[in-house]
Amino acid sequence: MAATRTSGDLRLAGLTKEFDTFTAVHPMDLVIPEGSFFALLGPSGCGKTTTLRMVAGLEQPTAGRIHIGDTEITDTKAHQRNVNTVFQSYALFPHMNVLENVEFGLRRRGDKNATVKAKEALELVQLGEVAKKKPAQLSGGMQQRVALARAVVNRPDVLLLDEPLGALDLKLRRQMQIELKRIQQEVGLTFIHVTHDQEEAMTMADTIAVMNAGRIEQLGDPATLYEHPASTFVANFLGQSNLLKVTVTGPARNGEVPVTAYDTALTVAADHVPGDAKEVWLGVRPEKLRMGEHGGPNRLHGTVSDVSFTGVATQYLVRMPWGKELTVVQQNDGSGRARPGEDVTISWAAEHGFALDAAQAADAGVEEEG
Amino acid sequence: MGVLSWIRRHLLAFAALAVLALLLVPNVVVAVFSFNDPVGKFNYNWAKFSTDAWAHPCGSPGICESLGLSLRIGVTASLVATVLGTMVALALGRYQFRGRAATNLLIFVPMATPEVVMGSSLLTLFLMLGIPSGALAILIAHIMFCVSFVVVAVKARVATLDPRLEEAAADLGATPAQTFLRVTLPLAAPGIAAGALLAFSLSFDDYIITNFNASPSSITFPMFVWGAAQRGVPVQVNVIGTVVFLAALLFVIAGQVLSNRRQRAV
Repeated sequence: MAATRTSGDLRLAGLTKEFDTFTAVHPMDLVIPEGSFFALLGPSGCGKTTTLRMVAGLEQPTAGRIHIGDTEITDTKAHQRNVNTVFQSYALFPHMNVLENVEFGLRRRGDKNATVKAKEALELVQLGEVAKKKPAQLSGGMQQRVALARAVVNRPDVLLLDEPLGALDLKLRRQMQIELKRIQQEVGLTFIHVTHDQEEAMTMADTIAVMNAGRIEQLGDPATLYEHPASTFVANFLGQSNLLKVTVTGPARNGEVPVTAYDTALTVAADHVPGDAKEVWLGVRPEKLRMGEHGGPNRLHGTVSDVSFTGVATQYLVRMPWGKELTVVQQNDGSGRARPGEDVTISWAAEHGFALDAAQAADAGVEEEG
Repeated sequence: MGVLSWIRRHLLAFAALAVLALLLVPNVVVAVFSFNDPVGKFNYNWAKFSTDAWAHPCGSPGICESLGLSLRIGVTASLVATVLGTMVALALGRYQFRGRAATNLLIFVPMATPEVVMGSSLLTLFLMLGIPSGALAILIAHIMFCVSFVVVAVKARVATLDPRLEEAAADLGATPAQTFLRVTLPLAAPGIAAGALLAFSLSFDDYIITNFNASPSSITFPMFVWGAAQRGVPVQVNVIGTVVFLAALLFVIAGQVLSNRRQRAV
């Protein structure tokens, strides 16, 4: 079992893509286990689509190797690879009906049961009844599912999804996220999903690689990336973060490191602090902060400058004495709401903070989020 | 008041009908006079109704030979020009290569050059190369100027095609040849067909370039009509003119029906 699993892993070794004027992908090493749902997440222009296209064979790498299992595919052409892509624009053949589109890949390799398999694939995406229609007669969501069926039906070693839900409206997107996850579990193929939508990546993927400027910033499961971001870019790109510049004031005691921010003594869990850093960014997610003093021993005092009620939660902006605004999100649990102008205390536990090297820009990854 | 506003509302339709009539009147006249039994050599005045010319379309000496030659040259020239032009258009539309911009520009030269200039310079060229005037010289000349029109027609179509479709075909395991035959060609087909029809009609009715490069044994239909017009136009010219017009009309209508059906299916 273990042997068959590793034989299908996708391995990128030093994969690089340079264009005339810039490097789209810096040498990248990555192993994507067979059968996993993997997401490449990053802002536009971070190199995620270029990486995907190199795996598909649509882009020639400048350097590096690509293996699927023990087979090297670096120098094979797109049509020789057992890799299929769901394109962002779907790229359905407009002159063929839905069934012919789905059969296309099977027919190219001379599959005798092409029609039967294509019909099964259409059932899988719940489109059995539109087999005879032309793509243009279908809605965007249906076209998306046809594109998925057309790729899945070939049982590729790796299935690539290039922002597959980008053109759908929010409600349909949520629906398709669940659908995609279901199909991936049903067919057990390796899915590599390229997206700039952090929520989409976190909802679907087992493992996420966060990319920035042609490099992988951090690789991990969604919870780890969210709770323990390794850089300010990841902290800001995945959800929101409050970052405070703090100075480490002493050695760890009872698993906590004492720090000060603007003359206020605070603590951070020792294993969240990188090495023997002196100056760090102390990060706390907005929903980990509490209005009042019941959040933990770390306390800051400020003035509420904005309150926005979103139904399930209330989001506050609290202005610190030194001018910075912190974002606090409180569940709508029935407790009273603070009003703008009110002086409040916010608090959090030491283990809810994470510390990042202070050499990085605090706003990395903020603008790009979208 | 009601009448006035009715007219005002349908003004566009009236204008369209008037323009259409203006365009079609010459064809109607040609068709009507194909049933004439003219007095004298010229078929300009209505004498009396006759179906003689329709019964004997080849009744005038040389007319059907010239028609046959024009059809042969037209079909060959448009076929060769369509194949060449389609390849040029795909290369220009799909690939980056040295000389692409120059090709893009040069392709317009045959369309922009006055036919007199082109005809006479081709004649000089053919004389220099030792290619005798006649059907072959005419064919080469026709292919040359038809290619440009095919390129323009096909390129316009190719420009609207999503290059991702060809990538998708390759991604699904189609070899470059299969991608071309099953995806690129069917999608470019309307442009190719339009280019081919345009090439045929340009070749079929070309007079000036043809005349420069013709020999006494290679009289095309337009040359025959021109020659006949000096001495008296046989009614058969009207018959063949009418048939050609109807054939062209049929092609246009068939094309419309086909694309409408496709639109509905899409």
